[in-house]
Amino acid sequence: MANKVSQYLQSSIGKKTVMAATGLFLVVFLLEHLYTNVLLFFGDGGKAFNDASHGMVHSIIIRIIEVVLFVSIVLHVIQALMLTGQNNKARPVKYAVSGVSKTSSWFSRNMLLTGSIIFFFIVVHLYNFFVPYRVTGTVNGPEDPANNLAIAVAEALGDPMYAALYLVSVLFLAFHLNHGFQSAFQTAGLNNRRYAPLWKMAGSFLAFIVFGLGFASFPVLFYLSKVMEWDLLNWAK
Amino acid sequence: MKLTLKVWRQKNAKDSGKFATYQLNEVSPDMSFLEMFDVLNEELVGKGEDPVAFDHDCREGICGMCSMYINGRAHGPMSGTTTCQLHMRKFKDGDTITVEPWRAGAFPVLKDLVVDRSAFDRIIAAGGYVSVNTGSAKDANNIPVPKHDADAAFAAAACIGCGACVAACKNASAMLFASAKISQLALLPQGKVERTDRVLNMVKQMDAEGFGSCTNTGSCEAECPKNISLENIATMNREYLLATVSKQPDFGGTGGAG
Repeated sequence: MANKVSQYLQSSIGKKTVMAATGLFLVVFLLEHLYTNVLLFFGDGGKAFNDASHGMVHSIIIRIIEVVLFVSIVLHVIQALMLTGQNNKARPVKYAVSGVSKTSSWFSRNMLLTGSIIFFFIVVHLYNFFVPYRVTGTVNGPEDPANNLAIAVAEALGDPMYAALYLVSVLFLAFHLNHGFQSAFQTAGLNNRRYAPLWKMAGSFLAFIVFGLGFASFPVLFYLSKVMEWDLLNWAK
Repeated sequence: MKLTLKVWRQKNAKDSGKFATYQLNEVSPDMSFLEMFDVLNEELVGKGEDPVAFDHDCREGICGMCSMYINGRAHGPMSGTTTCQLHMRKFKDGDTITVEPWRAGAFPVLKDLVVDRSAFDRIIAAGGYVSVNTGSAKDANNIPVPKHDADAAFAAAACIGCGACVAACKNASAMLFASAKISQLALLPQGKVERTDRVLNMVKQMDAEGFGSCTNTGSCEAECPKNISLENIATMNREYLLATVSKQPDFGGTGGAG
């Protein structure tokens, strides 16, 4: 059995399955992250957001999923690098004239590039929030009664550089998922003539509407609120 | 028509090769692309030069031998068309046309525009067949096949194995070819006997030949002269996963009661 599994995972199809499975798991995580972030807009001074963040830190289930999440990111990245290396090797002599842009989209051919931009953002994002909040505990850690992760978010996104990086990353994320989501179902074999339009539509909706507009709203609204001097966190009070 | 051709010339598999430029002054718009090469070769032979080697056989769009990468496109700019069915009226007077061989590590160039596509033969030999009893032919429709399966198998069977999918793919992946052959046989009752081993062995051989993997860009489907669908790749992926799960260990004996 172990032999069969390792043979599967070492095949070209198995490697793609790892990409698909980890990718889809990361999509589920993004949905959860988006839900938590939306709590910032409740106008309750960030209480709902802070409570949710607290709850997650203290939930053993979330802590286990967190490990799976980090493993997924690492596997997704390593497998992408290995596959790209193999794919480049499959054509040692390149074409002098290539018309590949006429038969496929730029984003479908540059998943490594868009993925790298997203990965860069994840590193910066972890450094800004995960590390101080969870590792070193300097930004009003969960034990602090005046815990204000919400305020930390508002301050970070008030920085034009950070807000711009966030926005650009969300844009690349949307295009990455527009290709990646439907491809995952193709790789898993859950695709045919009938379902292909469904996965494509669902992927585009998820990528551009849910994640694109959803995540873009945070840098845009928080930066605007900084410039316009709105109190976005307390609007309902 | 007057045309300038930039053609890849390579003496043999070991030669590094380079482009050579040829002027053609009297090209009929009604010629096929291969007939234009016949005219070029006549001229080259007349001058005592080595003619351009290129693969061709039926010149009817069904044999899968012709294999030119024309202006960055496998089989040229038309969709659903082999090079032999591409006519010069699709080009403009004064055009410069660049012609290259298929480029893939698994398809080494033998000479000029001729590549060795025996990697495809080895993938087929690994499982792209059905075992049938010899004897008299059975009655037609003796084995019921659902209409949809028959149509899907027929569409997959249209693959002529020309390798345009590999040539067009940015990863030089052979998945459209392999999946067409796997789907075609997996869909039909006659293919059920070897179904599990077929997909395991053909994918293994495909990987061993050094083809790239699928990134679902869709270039293969767009360039395929027989319009083989990407749907087949999903079918292959599903077959491969199911075969991995369902494959039983061998008993180790030899044969059984007849």
